[in-house]
Amino acid sequence: MANFNLKINGKSQSVDVEDDTPLLWVLRDHLGLVGTKFSCGIAQCGACTVHINGNATFSCMTPISSVGNSEVVTIEGLSESGDHPVQKAWAEVDVAQCGYCQAGQIMTAAALLKNNPNPSMDEIDNAMNRNICRCGTYHKIREAVALAAKSN
Amino acid sequence: MATLTKASRRDFLKIAGTSVGGLVIGFSWYSCDSPKMEVLSTDEILAQAKTFNSYLAISPTGDVVIYSPNPELGQNIKTSFPMVVAEELEADWEKVRVVQANLDTEKYDRQLTGGSGAMPHSWERLRKAGATAKYVLVAAAAKTWNVDASEVTVEKGIISHKGSGKSGHFGEFVAEAATMTAPEEVTLKDKKDFKIIGTAVKNVDAKEMYTGKPMYGLDFYREGMLHAMIQRAPFGMKIKSVDDSEARGVSGVKDVVTFGTSVAVVGTSTWPLMKAKKLLRIDYEPDGDVESTADHDRIFAELMANGKGDVKRKDGDFASAIKGAAQVIAAEYQCPFVAHSPMEPENFFAHVQGDKVELIGPTQTPDRARQATAQLLGIPPENITVEITRLGGGFGRRLRADYVEEAVEVSRAMNAPVKVTWSREDELTGGAYRPAVRYRFEAGLDASGKMIAYKLKGVGMNAGNCTRENNFPSGAVENVLIESIEHKSSITTNAWRAPITNFLAYAEQSFLDEVALAAGKDPVQFRLDLLEQAKNSPVGGELGYDVDRMINVVKAAAEKSNWGKNPNVKQGFSVYYSHRSYVAQVADIEMESGSPVLKKVTAVTDCGMVVNPTGANHQVRGGIVDGMGHAMYGNLTFENGVPKQKNFDSYRLIRMKEVPEIDTHFLDSGFDPTGLGEPALPPTGGAIANAIFSATGRRLRSQPFIEQKEFSDIKLEIRRA
Repeated sequence: MANFNLKINGKSQSVDVEDDTPLLWVLRDHLGLVGTKFSCGIAQCGACTVHINGNATFSCMTPISSVGNSEVVTIEGLSESGDHPVQKAWAEVDVAQCGYCQAGQIMTAAALLKNNPNPSMDEIDNAMNRNICRCGTYHKIREAVALAAKSN
Repeated sequence: MATLTKASRRDFLKIAGTSVGGLVIGFSWYSCDSPKMEVLSTDEILAQAKTFNSYLAISPTGDVVIYSPNPELGQNIKTSFPMVVAEELEADWEKVRVVQANLDTEKYDRQLTGGSGAMPHSWERLRKAGATAKYVLVAAAAKTWNVDASEVTVEKGIISHKGSGKSGHFGEFVAEAATMTAPEEVTLKDKKDFKIIGTAVKNVDAKEMYTGKPMYGLDFYREGMLHAMIQRAPFGMKIKSVDDSEARGVSGVKDVVTFGTSVAVVGTSTWPLMKAKKLLRIDYEPDGDVESTADHDRIFAELMANGKGDVKRKDGDFASAIKGAAQVIAAEYQCPFVAHSPMEPENFFAHVQGDKVELIGPTQTPDRARQATAQLLGIPPENITVEITRLGGGFGRRLRADYVEEAVEVSRAMNAPVKVTWSREDELTGGAYRPAVRYRFEAGLDASGKMIAYKLKGVGMNAGNCTRENNFPSGAVENVLIESIEHKSSITTNAWRAPITNFLAYAEQSFLDEVALAAGKDPVQFRLDLLEQAKNSPVGGELGYDVDRMINVVKAAAEKSNWGKNPNVKQGFSVYYSHRSYVAQVADIEMESGSPVLKKVTAVTDCGMVVNPTGANHQVRGGIVDGMGHAMYGNLTFENGVPKQKNFDSYRLIRMKEVPEIDTHFLDSGFDPTGLGEPALPPTGGAIANAIFSATGRRLRSQPFIEQKEFSDIKLEIRRA
């Protein structure tokens, strides 16, 4: 066990865990931030996507020992009142079916728009291809990312 | 037509709330630009609300709480059920809060998610719940104002009397109304007057989902709760010995518990258990048939050739008719096992305390979870409570209670509250799959090209009856023989979204395409000719489908897709009836650099009245994407009782870039709403395979499509145009 000082959603957090513990499980089991989801555990589905220094990252394959002083943002910290343009677009388009993958989808979309505020449809498809939605809400996701880009 | 109906006693148990809660300052989500306003929490509303029936409570503030009893897994029932109650109540939707009800067999009937049956089952009782509450509120207002109730009107939660100019919101009459007896009979609204039903009401859980609030089973944590992960035996094997010494050495592991063919590692958090599970050394020995995919192929061939099928339907004399046929067409189709793969892996919380149990988690069948627990522990079902969380998908997997029983076993053994979590590897290797099935079709045509004989023989692995004998084309052919054979496999199977028809429809609609082309007929006209026969002189006994409704979706899909009009687009047609709904689909393929590219699917659905157009579109598009993805890629193969595909790196699911345009249409047939969670999936594989044949002359008779030898030399793609 080792002590790790983390910067998560703008706050300092301290946890005492094994150094190979994935960020995902630190968030969920130790910090009560359960918005970041577990699904495949091998960086294939994107349900666990968080921002590390602004980049969309699979937290399920990110050992806590590699996080260091990086700024981590989870779905809970994407905006104060749930009013990030991507979250608003998701609500407006009414994207979700089961909703389980959507936090990860939103985090991927938010990182895309931060780096590329006016993506083409192909760029949206390429960026969002790393997140699986088993319910098949892909059309709505595409529409919501485009709407968020427009309203940003 | 307005209807007069009897209220069921079960739905109208009277319970009254009394205490009064205080006001708090809240905010209205996504109205952040407007000034903050006072909003009560749902708990505060409930604390002062009067309960009118199993579905409905209203507070003196005029806030309405509607309970949604059925598990929500993405089918949108938690939004659409309350819409129906609110409609008949004449509520202001802005004042409605929705609460997921826990399992309560006294208050609710059929509290489960499966078979696309919730809306058709509950449609009338939801309407009555709203209408009876409106009735007593109106009566209370009329009494208060000393006017005739027939002169009182209700709109958006406001009760008015024009003559006296009096009006007030629901809350003002709640106390009086709650003392009144709900009527045995009540008049329901005329459908043409619906204001909420038929509109695109947004998902009631949107805020929680998009801001990462705990709401799924896996999000449930409690102080002192232990975690467990489980290694399950290969199919057909049992445990010979367990060496858990290394696993116990992992920091954070508290215990290792063996029960049945499972070994559970238990600890205080999840990650140590994932590591410890890999360090278990378990020896297994056969306890039945230890099967591989090669065995399944051999069993299919043997049973198809020599197995005696259970006759499910027999019209006329198939054997004689086929002998006399001018042309005979025969083909075999096969599908593999596939997993359900809900994004939220299986998990459940259980706390066994003596002869009482608390269960919390994602289940499609809360009552089955309770009954299974009662049986396992030998305690009365009344001693068990079940709290239903939101489900991160289900697709049929959570109809089973196996993972609930696991949590109960471990909680009992540890004498502590326990949450069992499955990994993705557990989900893909832990069983209860869509069964593998093989079908053999034979059809006989007379000299004019009319189908006069049709035979279907199905062989399934733990599939039960793998045919749907009363579906089309039964009723449309003089001589029909339908048989089913079941092989009892050690590999566990379960209902998978649109059970049986998820593959049967593809096989049947592909084969009918083969028959139509052999007869020299257009595939749409061929089906319409058969349907005319079924309409004008139906053959045999019971038919599962309404011929006119099927004709209507066939014609509409042909029209909406510009069937056969564009020579550059190669099209495939499919139509299927399942779960009381009718869906016809046309797939459009264009050739690019010698490869067929699926560009578009047009779907026409008759599911009766559409309750929520957003939800309906979701289910149809989602069903098509699901059907497309699994037809293209889904494949679970076995070696010695263990699946070879263990995670999404080798078990491929459809992704964003592979999704073509989907054009959806709904026919207003005037019927009450029917199921929509499943019916759009079955036709998809057939429409795609038929379009691929039209474009390439290559007939796909097995899934997954991309692994077939027909496409070993050219690329097969689906993507956005």
